[in-house]
Amino acid sequence: SIPPFLSAGDTSVLAGIYGPAEAKLSKELPDRATLEVLLRPKVGLPGVLERSREQQLRQTCEAVVLGVLHPRTAITLVLQVLSDAGSLLSCCLNAACMGLLDAGLPLSSLFCGVTCALGPNGTIALDPTVRQEQEARAVLTFAIDSSERKVLMATTKGSCSVEELQQCLATAQRAADTIFQFYRDSLHRRYSKS
Amino acid sequence: YLVPNVELPSLCSERFRSGPPGEEAQAASQFIADVIENSQMIVKEDLCIANGKLAWVLYCDIICLDYDGNLLDASVFALLAALKNVQLPSVIINEETGLSEVNLKQKTPLTIRKYPVATSFAIFDDALLIVDPTAEEEDLATGTVTIVTDEEGRLCSVHKPGGSPLTGAKLQDCITRAITRHKEVKKLIDKVIKSIMPK
Repeated sequence: SIPPFLSAGDTSVLAGIYGPAEAKLSKELPDRATLEVLLRPKVGLPGVLERSREQQLRQTCEAVVLGVLHPRTAITLVLQVLSDAGSLLSCCLNAACMGLLDAGLPLSSLFCGVTCALGPNGTIALDPTVRQEQEARAVLTFAIDSSERKVLMATTKGSCSVEELQQCLATAQRAADTIFQFYRDSLHRRYSKS
Repeated sequence: YLVPNVELPSLCSERFRSGPPGEEAQAASQFIADVIENSQMIVKEDLCIANGKLAWVLYCDIICLDYDGNLLDASVFALLAALKNVQLPSVIINEETGLSEVNLKQKTPLTIRKYPVATSFAIFDDALLIVDPTAEEEDLATGTVTIVTDEEGRLCSVHKPGGSPLTGAKLQDCITRAITRHKEVKKLIDKVIKSIMPK
């Protein structure tokens, strides 16, 4: 089967899901599945930044995956960055969600990643390119869930005011609708082969 | 430049084993580096001694002595207090030899432009929020949020690494509380620094 491969502009991330498989005794939890996320950068060995991203992705996935249905198992999510042209974290989030969907794991809701860049004159740009990110005052990434458009994960880079945060959040929630529609369309295409 | 490093030795809690830094320590180090960068509390130009030749590198080692939850808040305060105490000796570069001469008798304090303060909340089942969680509360919580504000009420960082979802209104609530707490904490830090300054 074709593994889920998400490309947003020129940023692409390949997601591989393994599980629910047998967990190592030291890592197994008695009542739920253990989730592990490995993020491999395009060049070099994974460093502190990758670890931090892995922790964020892991806790986001743990909130949606119904781990209680598969106790004492391990679910491994491996993300390989193929190219980075901005908005990498939200691309990883989207790839992770599509991977979980494709693997058929039980989820309580879907989630999507949206990045907003606050330009120097107050404009909000969604899914910014690397240049837009560098010129921006602040770059905010949100993971929005599909059931009630609540915030699952939030990370900010640079400083912004409280009103700007709320504006970006509202924009991200609206953009989430487009992304969820995209999930539906691509899954529909995949599973409606005659 | 600054290199923060958060260490969680097995001294502080039985959950940490000795060996290479675990995920929590690395994620905390990344968070501290982001806070320093986002809040612009230390401008890198202030650490420059000679343009293109010599600059100070500050290694910030934050070692946890006792872990009872809320690692990120405590690390940010410790870093802030430590940086306020830093005295940089003056350095003169000898024009002829090109070597630097450090004068340890003449010291200037580091200029700190912003005072970021972190406030952490533990989320329980999408409804209850507890400020400054202990280790037990953190273990039972379904998610955490950390908000870093500076004295102008601007947000330096919103760190919510997954966990149960929050509505925009709840997030706003957290932010307003974080801003109030900033004022109290800043007063406390000023008091402590003043009390340990040599007269």
